[in-house]
Amino acid sequence: MDIVFLAFILVLSIFLGFELINKVPATLHTPLMSGSNAISGITLVGALTSAGAEHTVLATVLGTLAVAMATINVIGGYMVTDRMLAMFKKKEGASK
Amino acid sequence: MNMDLLVNLSYVAAAVLFIFGLKMLGSPATARKGNLVSAIGMLIAVVITLLHHSIIDYKWIAVGFILGGIVGAVVARSVAMTSMPEMVALFNGFGGIASLLVGWAALYGPGIGAFSLVTIVLSILIGGVTFTGSLVAYGKLSEKIPGRPLVFGGQRIFNIALIIGIVVFAVLFGLNPEVSLYLYIVIALSALLGIMLVIPIGGADMPVVISLLNSYSGLAACAAGFAINNIILIVAGALVGASGIILTQIMCKAMNRSLSNVLFSGFSAVSSGG
Repeated sequence: MDIVFLAFILVLSIFLGFELINKVPATLHTPLMSGSNAISGITLVGALTSAGAEHTVLATVLGTLAVAMATINVIGGYMVTDRMLAMFKKKEGASK
Repeated sequence: MNMDLLVNLSYVAAAVLFIFGLKMLGSPATARKGNLVSAIGMLIAVVITLLHHSIIDYKWIAVGFILGGIVGAVVARSVAMTSMPEMVALFNGFGGIASLLVGWAALYGPGIGAFSLVTIVLSILIGGVTFTGSLVAYGKLSEKIPGRPLVFGGQRIFNIALIIGIVVFAVLFGLNPEVSLYLYIVIALSALLGIMLVIPIGGADMPVVISLLNSYSGLAACAAGFAINNIILIVAGALVGASGIILTQIMCKAMNRSLSNVLFSGFSAVSSGG
């Protein structure tokens, strides 16, 4: 793909990332960190291609390892975030 | 060709869901739904990638999914609420090493030009730093290693030498991609740099460091995206990288610390002794 085009996408995404986060209450810092950490597991998509494309044996081995690691990041990340946020809700309900 | 279009359109949908998910995560009323929205984005991206024609063999993918899924789910369910931050660090480390491996595997893919080589080295470098840095952060928070800042004489000089070493071997590898030894040295030095960046930081500052490492893992995914020409990796990685930096800054402010103080703690000889 055209490098200039990809660079454009990169720059716009970075600006968007900067703009998305503002005035987050302190209690949400850890869940937000955890939630965005799960998104960085998107590297799983890249890992799938490496593991399944049958380029070389080494690439398949590396890809399979990458799929396993990235899946831990994705599944664990989303589940932990959900558990944290569920706890907040309960606390709020109890104090009401 | 049609399949490519479908895949890329689904990536656009996934990117939109990530953006809304992140936005919703920033407000207490919508946070839990936001996490779900972003998870749906991830599911779409993964499922549609599996349908792509470049994937021929599903056997090893299944192995990776099952292994990673079981470990991730069991750990996420069993961990105590009080040890959440270190869990985030641990998961983040796995994301980092995954980006490193994706970059490495991209070396054996089709069409490796000068630009791909640079991005491959970047994803390996940032992924390696994220991996070991996160492991040290995990170790410190879970008290598997001492939580106090570890500083020693000549730390600054050692770190600068380390960075010069990484640059030298990265360039050597870029010029001679057939010499795997250079690559292994870059991987080893990046791993060492991750450790060196986190050990001088004290336990109380750890949440800020984890947030920073989270940002790094986004950048690593972004670099891996450039290495394999995948837009969703670039977009999602850049989103996490940028929002992670902002979040890090917000957390620093909340703790009355300056970002540069945390960032370069290994370089400025701040032996707070704490």
